Amino acid sequence: MVRRFGIIAVAIATLLISCSGKPADRTKKDKHTITIAGSTSVMPFTEKLAEHFMIDNRKFVIDVQGGGSTAGIQACLNNTVSIGMSSRELKEEEKMLNTIIICYDGITIVVNPKNPLKALTLQQASKIFSGEITNWDQLGWINRKIDAVTREEGSGTRGSFEELVMKGNEIDDGIMVQDSNGSVKEVVATDPYAIGYISLGLADQRVRPLTINGVIPSIRSIKAGRYKIVRPFIYVTNGELDADGRKFVNFVLSKDGQNILKKEGLVGFYD
Amino acid sequence: MTKNPAKKEQFVKLVLVAFALSSLLFLFLIFIFILFEGLPLFHKVGLKNIIVGSKWAPTKGFFGIYPMIVSSFLVTFGALVIGAPMGLSCAIYLSEYSGKKMKMFLKPALELLAGIPSVVYGFLGVIYIVPLIRNYIGGSGFSLLATSIILGIMILPTIISISFDSLMSVPKTYREGSFAMGATKWQTIYKVVIPAARSGILASFILGMGRAIGETMAVIMIAGNALRIPTSILDPLRTLTGNIALELAYATGDHRLGLFSTGVVLLVIIMILNYVANFGIKRKM
Repeated sequence: MVRRFGIIAVAIATLLISCSGKPADRTKKDKHTITIAGSTSVMPFTEKLAEHFMIDNRKFVIDVQGGGSTAGIQACLNNTVSIGMSSRELKEEEKMLNTIIICYDGITIVVNPKNPLKALTLQQASKIFSGEITNWDQLGWINRKIDAVTREEGSGTRGSFEELVMKGNEIDDGIMVQDSNGSVKEVVATDPYAIGYISLGLADQRVRPLTINGVIPSIRSIKAGRYKIVRPFIYVTNGELDADGRKFVNFVLSKDGQNILKKEGLVGFYD
Repeated sequence: MTKNPAKKEQFVKLVLVAFALSSLLFLFLIFIFILFEGLPLFHKVGLKNIIVGSKWAPTKGFFGIYPMIVSSFLVTFGALVIGAPMGLSCAIYLSEYSGKKMKMFLKPALELLAGIPSVVYGFLGVIYIVPLIRNYIGGSGFSLLATSIILGIMILPTIISISFDSLMSVPKTYREGSFAMGATKWQTIYKVVIPAARSGILASFILGMGRAIGETMAVIMIAGNALRIPTSILDPLRTLTGNIALELAYATGDHRLGLFSTGVVLLVIIMILNYVANFGIKRKM
Protein backbone atom coordinates (compact mmCIF):
# COMPACT_ATOMS: atom_id res chain seq x y z
CA MET A 1 0.00 0.00 0.00
CA VAL A 2 2.75 2.38 0.99
CA ARG A 3 4.61 1.48 -2.18
CA ARG A 4 1.62 2.16 -4.36
CA PHE A 5 1.13 5.53 -2.69
CA GLY A 6 4.78 6.31 -3.39
CA ILE A 7 4.39 5.53 -7.05
CA ILE A 8 1.31 7.73 -7.32
CA ALA A 9 3.08 10.57 -5.55
CA VAL A 10 6.02 10.36 -7.94
CA ALA A 11 3.67 10.27 -10.93
CA ILE A 12 1.80 13.36 -9.75
CA ALA A 13 5.02 15.20 -9.03
CA THR A 14 6.33 14.37 -12.51
CA LEU A 15 3.11 15.57 -14.05
CA LEU A 16 3.24 18.85 -12.13
CA ILE A 17 6.85 19.49 -13.02
CA SER A 18 6.33 18.74 -16.69
CA CYS A 19 3.25 20.98 -16.83
CA SER A 20 4.83 23.94 -15.12
CA GLY A 21 7.86 23.82 -17.37
CA LYS A 22 5.90 23.88 -20.59
CA PRO A 23 7.10 26.73 -22.80
CA ALA A 24 3.79 26.91 -24.65
CA ASP A 25 2.11 28.22 -21.51
CA ARG A 26 4.45 31.14 -21.33
CA THR A 27 4.39 31.99 -24.99
CA LYS A 28 0.65 31.86 -25.43
CA LYS A 29 -0.41 34.84 -23.36
CA ASP A 30 1.46 37.97 -24.31
CA LYS A 31 4.79 36.66 -25.56
CA HIS A 32 6.05 37.14 -29.07
CA THR A 33 7.88 34.14 -30.43
CA ILE A 34 10.40 34.17 -33.25
CA THR A 35 11.82 30.87 -34.47
CA ILE A 36 15.16 30.89 -36.25
CA ALA A 37 17.03 27.88 -37.63
CA GLY A 38 19.90 27.05 -39.96
CA SER A 39 23.66 27.27 -40.30
CA THR A 40 25.66 26.06 -37.32
CA SER A 41 28.22 28.76 -38.17
CA VAL A 42 25.68 31.56 -37.73
CA MET A 43 23.84 29.98 -34.82
CA PRO A 44 26.15 30.94 -31.93
CA PHE A 45 26.12 34.58 -33.03
CA THR A 46 22.35 34.63 -33.47
CA GLU A 47 22.04 33.18 -29.98
CA LYS A 48 24.19 36.00 -28.60
CA LEU A 49 22.12 38.57 -30.44
CA ALA A 50 18.90 36.98 -29.23
CA GLU A 51 20.11 37.04 -25.63
CA HIS A 52 20.79 40.76 -25.82
CA PHE A 53 17.56 41.43 -27.66
CA MET A 54 15.51 39.59 -25.07
CA ILE A 55 17.02 41.61 -22.23
CA ASP A 56 15.51 44.79 -23.65
CA ASN A 57 12.39 43.15 -25.03
CA ARG A 58 11.10 40.95 -22.26
CA LYS A 59 7.99 39.88 -24.11
CA PHE A 60 9.98 38.25 -26.89
CA VAL A 61 11.01 34.63 -26.96
CA ILE A 62 13.54 33.80 -29.64
CA ASP A 63 14.04 30.14 -30.41
CA VAL A 64 17.36 29.54 -32.19
CA GLN A 65 18.14 26.12 -33.67
CA GLY A 66 20.96 24.64 -35.77
CA GLY A 67 20.61 22.08 -38.52
CA GLY A 68 22.76 23.63 -41.22
CA SER A 69 22.34 26.25 -43.92
CA THR A 70 20.38 24.02 -46.25
CA ALA A 71 18.04 22.80 -43.54
CA GLY A 72 17.46 26.40 -42.43
CA ILE A 73 16.61 27.51 -45.95
CA GLN A 74 14.29 24.53 -46.40
CA ALA A 75 12.55 25.26 -43.11
CA CYS A 76 12.10 28.85 -44.20
CA LEU A 77 10.62 27.74 -47.53
CA ASN A 78 8.16 25.52 -45.64
CA ASN A 79 7.32 28.40 -43.29
CA THR A 80 8.26 26.28 -40.26
CA VAL A 81 10.62 29.03 -39.12
CA SER A 82 10.28 32.75 -39.58
CA ILE A 83 13.98 33.32 -40.24
CA GLY A 84 16.48 30.93 -41.77
CA MET A 85 20.24 31.32 -41.24
CA SER A 86 22.69 30.63 -44.03
CA SER A 87 26.47 30.81 -44.22
CA ARG A 88 26.51 30.46 -48.00
CA GLU A 89 24.96 32.28 -50.95
CA LEU A 90 21.58 30.99 -52.06
CA LYS A 91 21.39 28.49 -54.91
CA GLU A 92 19.32 29.17 -58.04
CA GLU A 93 16.27 27.26 -56.81
CA GLU A 94 16.31 29.12 -53.49
CA LYS A 95 16.46 32.60 -54.96
CA MET A 96 12.77 33.38 -54.32
CA LEU A 97 13.59 33.95 -50.65
CA ASN A 98 14.46 37.39 -49.34
CA THR A 99 18.01 37.67 -48.09
CA ILE A 100 19.39 40.00 -45.45
CA ILE A 101 23.16 40.07 -45.09
CA ILE A 102 23.82 40.57 -41.38
CA CYS A 103 27.63 40.58 -41.47
CA TYR A 104 30.69 39.04 -43.09
CA ASP A 105 32.83 36.26 -41.74
CA GLY A 106 36.38 35.30 -42.62
CA ILE A 107 37.39 31.69 -42.93
CA THR A 108 40.77 31.25 -41.35
CA ILE A 109 43.22 28.43 -41.88
CA VAL A 110 44.47 27.35 -38.47
CA VAL A 111 47.28 25.21 -37.12
CA ASN A 112 48.30 24.08 -33.66
CA PRO A 113 50.17 26.72 -31.60
CA LYS A 114 53.17 24.34 -31.46
CA ASN A 115 53.51 24.56 -35.23
CA PRO A 116 56.22 27.12 -36.22
CA LEU A 117 54.60 27.79 -39.60
CA LYS A 118 53.31 31.36 -39.81
CA ALA A 119 52.30 31.93 -43.41
CA LEU A 120 50.83 30.16 -46.38
CA THR A 121 50.04 31.25 -49.89
CA LEU A 122 46.55 30.59 -51.21
CA GLN A 123 48.12 28.14 -53.63
CA GLN A 124 49.89 26.20 -50.89
CA ALA A 125 46.64 26.03 -48.91
CA SER A 126 44.86 24.67 -51.95
CA LYS A 127 47.63 22.10 -52.51
CA ILE A 128 47.48 20.89 -48.90
CA PHE A 129 43.79 20.16 -49.14
CA SER A 130 43.97 18.67 -52.64
CA GLY A 131 46.60 16.21 -51.41
CA GLU A 132 49.56 17.54 -53.39
CA ILE A 133 51.42 18.70 -50.30
CA THR A 134 51.23 15.94 -47.70
CA ASN A 135 54.32 16.41 -45.56
CA TRP A 136 55.31 19.28 -43.30
CA ASP A 137 58.89 19.20 -44.67
CA GLN A 138 57.51 20.46 -47.98
CA LEU A 139 56.63 23.62 -46.05
CA GLY A 140 59.97 23.84 -44.25
CA TRP A 141 59.15 22.05 -41.01
CA ILE A 142 59.88 18.50 -39.81
CA ASN A 143 59.38 15.30 -41.77
CA ARG A 144 55.89 14.44 -40.60
CA LYS A 145 52.64 13.77 -42.42
CA ILE A 146 50.18 16.67 -42.45
CA ASP A 147 46.96 15.84 -40.62
CA ALA A 148 44.60 18.00 -42.65
CA VAL A 149 40.99 18.30 -41.49
CA THR A 150 38.11 19.40 -43.67
CA ARG A 151 34.35 19.75 -43.19
CA GLU A 152 31.71 17.35 -44.47
CA GLU A 153 30.13 17.54 -47.89
CA GLY A 154 27.26 20.05 -47.93
CA SER A 155 28.58 22.26 -45.12
CA GLY A 156 28.39 25.99 -45.81
CA THR A 157 31.93 26.54 -44.57
CA ARG A 158 33.24 23.79 -46.85
CA GLY A 159 31.25 25.22 -49.75
CA SER A 160 32.82 28.65 -49.26
CA PHE A 161 36.27 27.13 -48.77
CA GLU A 162 36.01 25.15 -52.01
CA GLU A 163 34.93 28.25 -53.85
CA LEU A 164 37.41 30.72 -52.35
CA VAL A 165 40.51 28.58 -51.76
CA MET A 166 40.30 25.39 -53.81
CA LYS A 167 39.00 27.19 -56.89
CA GLY A 168 37.92 24.12 -58.77
CA ASN A 169 40.46 21.67 -57.33
CA GLU A 170 38.88 18.88 -55.37
CA ILE A 171 39.48 18.27 -51.69
CA ASP A 172 41.35 14.97 -51.39
CA ASP A 173 39.49 11.87 -50.21
CA GLY A 174 42.21 10.90 -47.77
CA ILE A 175 41.71 14.01 -45.65
CA MET A 176 39.98 13.77 -42.30
CA VAL A 177 36.43 15.05 -42.05
CA GLN A 178 34.75 16.61 -39.00
CA ASP A 179 31.17 17.77 -38.85
CA SER A 180 31.39 21.17 -37.16
CA ASN A 181 33.63 24.18 -36.66
CA GLY A 182 34.03 23.09 -33.05
CA SER A 183 35.23 19.58 -33.92
CA VAL A 184 37.74 20.91 -36.45
CA LYS A 185 39.04 23.33 -33.85
CA GLU A 186 39.27 20.52 -31.29
CA VAL A 187 41.35 18.36 -33.63
CA VAL A 188 43.70 21.22 -34.52
CA ALA A 189 44.02 22.29 -30.88
CA THR A 190 45.04 18.81 -29.75
CA ASP A 191 47.09 17.55 -32.71
CA PRO A 192 50.37 19.47 -33.25
CA TYR A 193 50.53 18.32 -36.88
CA ALA A 194 46.97 19.22 -37.86
CA ILE A 195 45.71 21.96 -40.13
CA GLY A 196 42.10 22.94 -40.68
CA TYR A 197 39.84 25.84 -41.52
CA ILE A 198 37.21 27.44 -39.30
CA SER A 199 35.15 30.57 -38.99
CA LEU A 200 37.35 33.51 -37.96
CA GLY A 201 34.87 34.41 -35.24
CA LEU A 202 35.47 31.05 -33.57
CA ALA A 203 39.27 31.09 -33.60
CA ASP A 204 40.75 31.50 -30.11
CA GLN A 205 44.14 31.10 -28.48
CA ARG A 206 43.97 27.28 -28.67
CA VAL A 207 44.63 27.46 -32.42
CA ARG A 208 46.79 29.78 -34.51
CA PRO A 209 45.48 31.46 -37.67
CA LEU A 210 47.95 31.55 -40.59
CA THR A 211 48.51 34.56 -42.77
CA ILE A 212 47.37 33.96 -46.33
CA ASN A 213 49.43 35.62 -49.07
CA GLY A 214 50.97 37.69 -46.28
CA VAL A 215 47.68 39.02 -44.97
CA ILE A 216 46.65 38.40 -41.36
CA PRO A 217 43.02 37.34 -41.12
CA SER A 218 41.37 40.03 -39.01
CA ILE A 219 38.40 42.30 -39.04
CA ARG A 220 40.55 45.14 -40.30
CA SER A 221 42.09 43.22 -43.20
CA ILE A 222 38.69 41.92 -44.24
CA LYS A 223 37.21 45.43 -44.13
CA ALA A 224 40.06 46.74 -46.23
CA GLY A 225 39.40 44.00 -48.74
CA ARG A 226 42.88 42.53 -48.37
CA TYR A 227 41.89 39.22 -46.79
CA LYS A 228 40.02 37.33 -49.47
CA ILE A 229 38.55 34.24 -47.82
CA VAL A 230 35.33 35.91 -46.75
CA ARG A 231 31.70 34.85 -46.91
CA PRO A 232 28.44 36.53 -45.95
CA PHE A 233 26.24 35.49 -43.04
CA ILE A 234 22.66 35.70 -44.26
CA TYR A 235 19.19 35.67 -42.78
CA VAL A 236 16.57 34.47 -45.22
CA THR A 237 12.84 35.08 -45.00
CA ASN A 238 9.94 33.77 -47.01
CA GLY A 239 8.12 36.90 -48.19
CA GLU A 240 7.80 39.91 -45.89
CA LEU A 241 8.73 39.42 -42.24
CA ASP A 242 6.05 39.97 -39.61
CA ALA A 243 6.41 42.85 -37.16
CA ASP A 244 8.12 40.71 -34.50
CA GLY A 245 10.70 39.34 -36.89
CA ARG A 246 11.36 42.78 -38.33
CA LYS A 247 11.99 44.16 -34.88
CA PHE A 248 14.67 41.54 -34.26
CA VAL A 249 16.29 42.02 -37.67
CA ASN A 250 16.34 45.78 -37.15
CA PHE A 251 18.11 45.19 -33.86
CA VAL A 252 20.67 42.94 -35.57
CA LEU A 253 21.40 45.58 -38.20
CA SER A 254 21.46 48.42 -35.66
CA LYS A 255 24.67 49.80 -34.20
CA ASP A 256 24.15 47.82 -30.99
CA GLY A 257 23.60 44.57 -32.80
CA GLN A 258 26.54 45.07 -35.12
CA ASN A 259 28.76 45.90 -32.15
CA ILE A 260 27.89 42.56 -30.59
CA LEU A 261 28.90 40.81 -33.81
CA LYS A 262 32.09 42.82 -33.98
CA LYS A 263 33.03 41.77 -30.46
CA GLU A 264 32.63 38.18 -31.58
CA GLY A 265 35.16 38.68 -34.36
CA LEU A 266 32.78 39.19 -37.27
CA VAL A 267 32.77 42.05 -39.74
CA GLY A 268 29.72 44.27 -39.51
CA PHE A 269 28.64 47.40 -41.29
CA TYR A 270 29.89 50.01 -38.79
CA ASP A 271 33.35 50.84 -37.62
CA MET B 1 -14.73 -6.38 -15.33
CA THR B 2 -13.44 -8.17 -12.27
CA LYS B 3 -16.69 -10.08 -12.10
CA ASN B 4 -15.90 -12.02 -15.21
CA PRO B 5 -12.37 -13.43 -14.95
CA ALA B 6 -12.54 -15.11 -18.36
CA LYS B 7 -13.35 -11.83 -20.06
CA LYS B 8 -10.59 -10.06 -18.19
CA GLU B 9 -8.11 -12.69 -19.31
CA GLN B 10 -9.28 -12.21 -22.86
CA PHE B 11 -8.95 -8.45 -22.57
CA VAL B 12 -5.42 -8.59 -21.17
CA LYS B 13 -4.39 -10.98 -23.90
CA LEU B 14 -5.80 -8.69 -26.55
CA VAL B 15 -3.93 -5.67 -25.19
CA LEU B 16 -0.67 -7.60 -25.04
CA VAL B 17 -1.07 -8.87 -28.58
CA ALA B 18 -1.78 -5.36 -29.81
CA PHE B 19 1.40 -4.02 -28.22
CA ALA B 20 3.44 -6.97 -29.42
CA LEU B 21 2.26 -6.43 -32.97
CA SER B 22 2.82 -2.70 -32.80
CA SER B 23 6.54 -3.26 -32.24
CA LEU B 24 6.55 -5.40 -35.35
CA LEU B 25 4.68 -2.64 -37.12
CA PHE B 26 7.43 -0.17 -36.22
CA LEU B 27 10.04 -2.48 -37.66
CA PHE B 28 7.98 -2.83 -40.79
CA LEU B 29 7.45 0.93 -41.10
CA ILE B 30 11.15 1.68 -40.65
CA PHE B 31 11.97 -0.88 -43.28
CA ILE B 32 9.43 0.47 -45.75
CA PHE B 33 10.45 4.06 -45.08
CA ILE B 34 14.16 3.46 -45.63
CA LEU B 35 13.55 1.43 -48.76
CA PHE B 36 11.09 4.00 -50.07
CA GLU B 37 13.61 6.81 -49.63
CA GLY B 38 16.71 4.85 -50.54
CA LEU B 39 15.70 2.80 -53.55
CA PRO B 40 14.97 5.62 -56.05
CA LEU B 41 18.65 6.50 -56.11
CA PHE B 42 19.65 2.89 -56.79
CA HIS B 43 17.33 3.09 -59.73
CA LYS B 44 18.72 6.42 -60.87
CA VAL B 45 22.45 5.92 -60.38
CA GLY B 46 22.59 2.17 -60.63
CA LEU B 47 23.30 -0.44 -57.97
CA LYS B 48 26.79 -1.04 -59.27
CA ASN B 49 27.82 2.61 -59.14
CA ILE B 50 26.73 2.83 -55.52
CA ILE B 51 27.99 -0.49 -54.13
CA VAL B 52 31.34 -0.68 -55.92
CA GLY B 53 31.79 3.00 -56.81
CA SER B 54 34.82 4.34 -54.99
CA LYS B 55 34.08 8.07 -55.14
CA TRP B 56 31.65 9.79 -52.79
CA ALA B 57 30.89 13.37 -53.81
CA PRO B 58 27.11 13.54 -53.66
CA THR B 59 26.85 17.21 -54.56
CA LYS B 60 28.75 16.41 -57.77
CA GLY B 61 26.81 13.27 -58.60
CA PHE B 62 29.13 10.53 -57.27
CA PHE B 63 27.53 8.13 -54.82
CA GLY B 64 30.09 5.35 -54.45
CA ILE B 65 30.07 3.89 -50.94
CA TYR B 66 32.48 1.01 -51.52
CA PRO B 67 35.21 2.55 -49.31
CA MET B 68 32.70 2.93 -46.50
CA ILE B 69 31.46 -0.65 -46.81
CA VAL B 70 35.05 -1.88 -46.62
CA SER B 71 35.80 0.48 -43.72
CA SER B 72 32.72 -0.64 -41.82
CA PHE B 73 33.86 -4.26 -42.08
CA LEU B 74 37.43 -3.32 -41.16
CA VAL B 75 36.41 -1.62 -37.91
CA THR B 76 34.01 -4.46 -37.15
CA PHE B 77 36.76 -7.01 -37.69
CA GLY B 78 39.15 -4.88 -35.63
CA ALA B 79 36.61 -4.66 -32.82
CA LEU B 80 36.23 -8.42 -32.90
CA VAL B 81 39.98 -9.00 -32.78
CA ILE B 82 40.11 -6.91 -29.61
CA GLY B 83 36.73 -7.71 -28.07
CA ALA B 84 36.29 -11.42 -28.79
CA PRO B 85 39.24 -12.86 -26.81
CA MET B 86 38.57 -10.51 -23.91
CA GLY B 87 34.85 -11.22 -23.92
CA LEU B 88 35.19 -14.96 -24.23
CA SER B 89 37.79 -15.13 -21.48
CA CYS B 90 35.54 -13.14 -19.22
CA ALA B 91 32.57 -15.37 -19.99
CA ILE B 92 34.60 -18.53 -19.31
CA TYR B 93 35.87 -17.12 -16.03
CA LEU B 94 32.35 -16.15 -15.00
CA SER B 95 30.76 -19.46 -15.83
CA GLU B 96 33.54 -21.89 -14.85
CA TYR B 97 35.84 -20.35 -12.27
CA SER B 98 34.29 -17.46 -10.37
CA GLY B 99 32.49 -17.95 -7.11
CA LYS B 100 29.02 -16.64 -6.35
CA LYS B 101 30.33 -13.44 -4.80
CA MET B 102 32.52 -12.56 -7.76
CA LYS B 103 29.63 -13.23 -10.11
CA MET B 104 27.37 -10.98 -8.07
CA PHE B 105 29.89 -8.22 -8.49
CA LEU B 106 30.99 -8.77 -12.10
CA LYS B 107 27.61 -9.25 -13.78
CA PRO B 108 26.12 -5.89 -12.74
CA ALA B 109 29.42 -4.17 -13.55
CA LEU B 110 29.29 -5.57 -17.08
CA GLU B 111 25.68 -4.51 -17.46
CA LEU B 112 26.78 -1.04 -16.48
CA LEU B 113 29.37 -1.17 -19.25
CA ALA B 114 26.53 -1.84 -21.69
CA GLY B 115 24.61 1.13 -20.33
CA ILE B 116 27.30 3.76 -20.88
CA PRO B 117 26.18 6.04 -23.73
CA SER B 118 28.28 5.73 -26.87
CA VAL B 119 29.09 9.44 -26.88
CA VAL B 120 30.97 8.88 -23.61
CA TYR B 121 33.05 6.13 -25.22
CA GLY B 122 33.74 8.48 -28.12
CA PHE B 123 34.77 11.24 -25.75
CA LEU B 124 37.17 8.94 -23.91
CA GLY B 125 38.56 7.91 -27.26
CA VAL B 126 39.20 11.49 -28.32
CA ILE B 127 40.71 12.51 -25.00
CA TYR B 128 42.88 9.46 -24.25
CA ILE B 129 43.20 6.88 -27.00
CA VAL B 130 43.67 9.20 -29.98
CA PRO B 131 46.53 11.22 -28.38
CA LEU B 132 48.16 8.02 -27.08
CA ILE B 133 48.23 6.56 -30.58
CA ARG B 134 49.43 9.85 -32.08
CA ASN B 135 52.26 10.24 -29.58
CA TYR B 136 53.48 6.65 -29.29
CA ILE B 137 52.53 4.87 -32.48
CA GLY B 138 52.11 7.54 -35.15
CA GLY B 139 49.63 9.10 -37.52
CA SER B 140 47.02 11.59 -36.45
CA GLY B 141 45.53 9.16 -33.94
CA PHE B 142 42.11 9.31 -35.57
CA SER B 143 42.40 5.87 -37.03
CA LEU B 144 41.24 2.35 -37.62
CA LEU B 145 43.20 1.30 -34.53
CA ALA B 146 41.53 3.82 -32.19
CA THR B 147 38.09 2.95 -33.52
CA SER B 148 38.72 -0.79 -33.18
CA ILE B 149 39.84 -0.40 -29.58
CA ILE B 150 36.79 1.63 -28.57
CA LEU B 151 34.37 -0.62 -30.46
CA GLY B 152 36.09 -3.68 -29.03
CA ILE B 153 35.29 -2.41 -25.55
CA MET B 154 31.75 -1.49 -26.56
CA ILE B 155 30.90 -4.97 -27.82
CA LEU B 156 32.25 -6.70 -24.68
CA PRO B 157 28.90 -6.79 -22.85
CA THR B 158 27.14 -8.39 -25.83
CA ILE B 159 29.82 -11.04 -26.26
CA ILE B 160 30.13 -11.77 -22.55
CA SER B 161 26.45 -12.07 -21.74
CA ILE B 162 25.55 -14.31 -24.68
CA SER B 163 28.66 -16.50 -24.41
CA PHE B 164 28.08 -16.76 -20.67
CA ASP B 165 24.50 -17.91 -21.19
CA SER B 166 25.53 -20.53 -23.69
CA LEU B 167 28.37 -21.77 -21.48
CA MET B 168 25.98 -22.01 -18.54
CA SER B 169 23.50 -23.99 -20.60
CA VAL B 170 26.03 -26.77 -21.16
CA PRO B 171 24.69 -29.57 -18.92
CA LYS B 172 26.59 -30.26 -15.74
CA THR B 173 26.80 -33.93 -16.64
CA TYR B 174 29.19 -33.10 -19.51
CA ARG B 175 31.65 -31.59 -17.08
CA GLU B 176 31.23 -34.38 -14.54
CA GLY B 177 31.77 -36.95 -17.25
CA SER B 178 34.95 -35.24 -18.30
CA PHE B 179 36.25 -34.97 -14.75
CA ALA B 180 35.45 -38.65 -14.24
CA MET B 181 37.71 -39.45 -17.20
CA GLY B 182 40.53 -37.72 -15.33
CA ALA B 183 40.57 -34.46 -17.30
CA THR B 184 41.72 -31.30 -15.58
CA LYS B 185 39.49 -28.27 -15.33
CA TRP B 186 41.09 -26.48 -18.25
CA GLN B 187 41.03 -29.62 -20.37
CA THR B 188 37.34 -29.95 -19.60
CA ILE B 189 36.65 -26.36 -20.58
CA TYR B 190 38.77 -26.51 -23.67
CA LYS B 191 37.73 -29.93 -24.95
CA VAL B 192 34.17 -30.28 -23.70
CA VAL B 193 32.44 -27.09 -22.57
CA ILE B 194 33.53 -24.72 -25.32
CA PRO B 195 32.79 -27.13 -28.18
CA ALA B 196 29.36 -27.80 -26.66
CA ALA B 197 28.65 -24.07 -26.44
CA ARG B 198 30.27 -23.28 -29.77
CA SER B 199 27.24 -22.11 -31.68
CA GLY B 200 26.17 -19.78 -28.88
CA ILE B 201 29.66 -18.31 -28.68
CA LEU B 202 29.72 -17.77 -32.43
CA ALA B 203 26.31 -16.12 -32.23
CA SER B 204 27.67 -13.77 -29.56
CA PHE B 205 30.51 -12.77 -31.89
CA ILE B 206 28.11 -12.14 -34.74
CA LEU B 207 25.76 -10.07 -32.58
CA GLY B 208 28.82 -8.17 -31.36
CA MET B 209 29.67 -7.52 -34.98
CA GLY B 210 26.14 -6.21 -35.52
CA ARG B 211 26.62 -3.85 -32.59
CA ALA B 212 29.99 -2.65 -33.90
CA ILE B 213 28.85 -2.09 -37.47
CA GLY B 214 25.83 -0.12 -36.28
CA GLU B 215 27.69 2.10 -33.83
CA THR B 216 27.73 5.72 -34.93
CA MET B 217 28.45 8.46 -32.43
CA ALA B 218 31.67 7.08 -30.97
CA VAL B 219 32.89 6.20 -34.45
CA ILE B 220 32.36 9.68 -35.88
CA MET B 221 34.33 11.14 -33.01
CA ILE B 222 37.43 8.96 -33.39
CA ALA B 223 37.51 7.50 -36.91
CA GLY B 224 38.63 10.69 -38.67
CA ASN B 225 35.98 10.11 -41.35
CA ALA B 226 38.27 10.31 -44.39
CA LEU B 227 36.74 8.93 -47.56
CA ARG B 228 39.54 6.61 -48.63
CA ILE B 229 39.99 2.94 -47.80
CA PRO B 230 42.67 2.89 -45.07
CA THR B 231 45.99 1.37 -46.09
CA SER B 232 47.28 0.97 -42.54
CA ILE B 233 45.72 0.68 -39.11
CA LEU B 234 46.81 4.27 -38.44
CA ASP B 235 44.79 5.75 -41.31
CA PRO B 236 41.47 7.50 -40.77
CA LEU B 237 38.36 5.97 -42.26
CA ARG B 238 34.62 6.52 -42.63
CA THR B 239 31.94 3.94 -41.85
CA LEU B 240 28.46 3.66 -43.35
CA THR B 241 26.79 4.88 -40.16
CA GLY B 242 29.29 7.71 -39.83
CA ASN B 243 28.54 8.84 -43.35
CA ILE B 244 24.83 9.18 -42.64
CA ALA B 245 25.20 11.00 -39.34
CA LEU B 246 27.98 13.25 -40.56
CA GLU B 247 26.23 14.62 -43.60
CA LEU B 248 22.55 14.44 -42.75
CA ALA B 249 22.36 17.96 -41.40
CA TYR B 250 23.27 19.62 -44.67
CA ALA B 251 21.95 17.15 -47.20
CA THR B 252 19.20 17.93 -49.69
CA GLY B 253 17.90 16.35 -52.88
CA ASP B 254 20.00 13.51 -54.25
CA HIS B 255 22.57 13.95 -51.49
CA ARG B 256 19.88 13.10 -48.96
CA LEU B 257 18.71 10.14 -51.03
CA GLY B 258 22.33 8.99 -51.17
CA LEU B 259 22.41 8.87 -47.39
CA PHE B 260 19.25 6.79 -47.37
CA SER B 261 20.87 4.43 -49.87
CA THR B 262 23.73 4.11 -47.42
CA GLY B 263 21.06 3.21 -44.88
CA VAL B 264 19.62 0.52 -47.15
CA VAL B 265 23.03 -1.12 -47.55
CA LEU B 266 23.57 -0.97 -43.79
CA LEU B 267 20.15 -2.48 -43.15
CA VAL B 268 20.84 -5.38 -45.50
CA ILE B 269 24.21 -6.07 -43.85
CA ILE B 270 22.72 -6.02 -40.36
CA MET B 271 19.81 -8.24 -41.42
CA ILE B 272 22.24 -10.81 -42.80
CA LEU B 273 24.30 -10.73 -39.61
CA ASN B 274 21.24 -11.15 -37.41
CA TYR B 275 19.93 -13.95 -39.57
CA VAL B 276 23.24 -15.80 -39.37
CA ALA B 277 23.36 -15.30 -35.60
CA ASN B 278 19.82 -16.59 -35.13
CA PHE B 279 20.53 -19.53 -37.35
CA GLY B 280 23.55 -20.36 -35.23
CA ILE B 281 21.55 -20.27 -32.02
CA LYS B 282 18.63 -22.25 -33.38
CA ARG B 283 20.70 -25.07 -34.73
CA LYS B 284 21.92 -25.76 -31.25
CA MET B 285 18.48 -25.95 -29.67
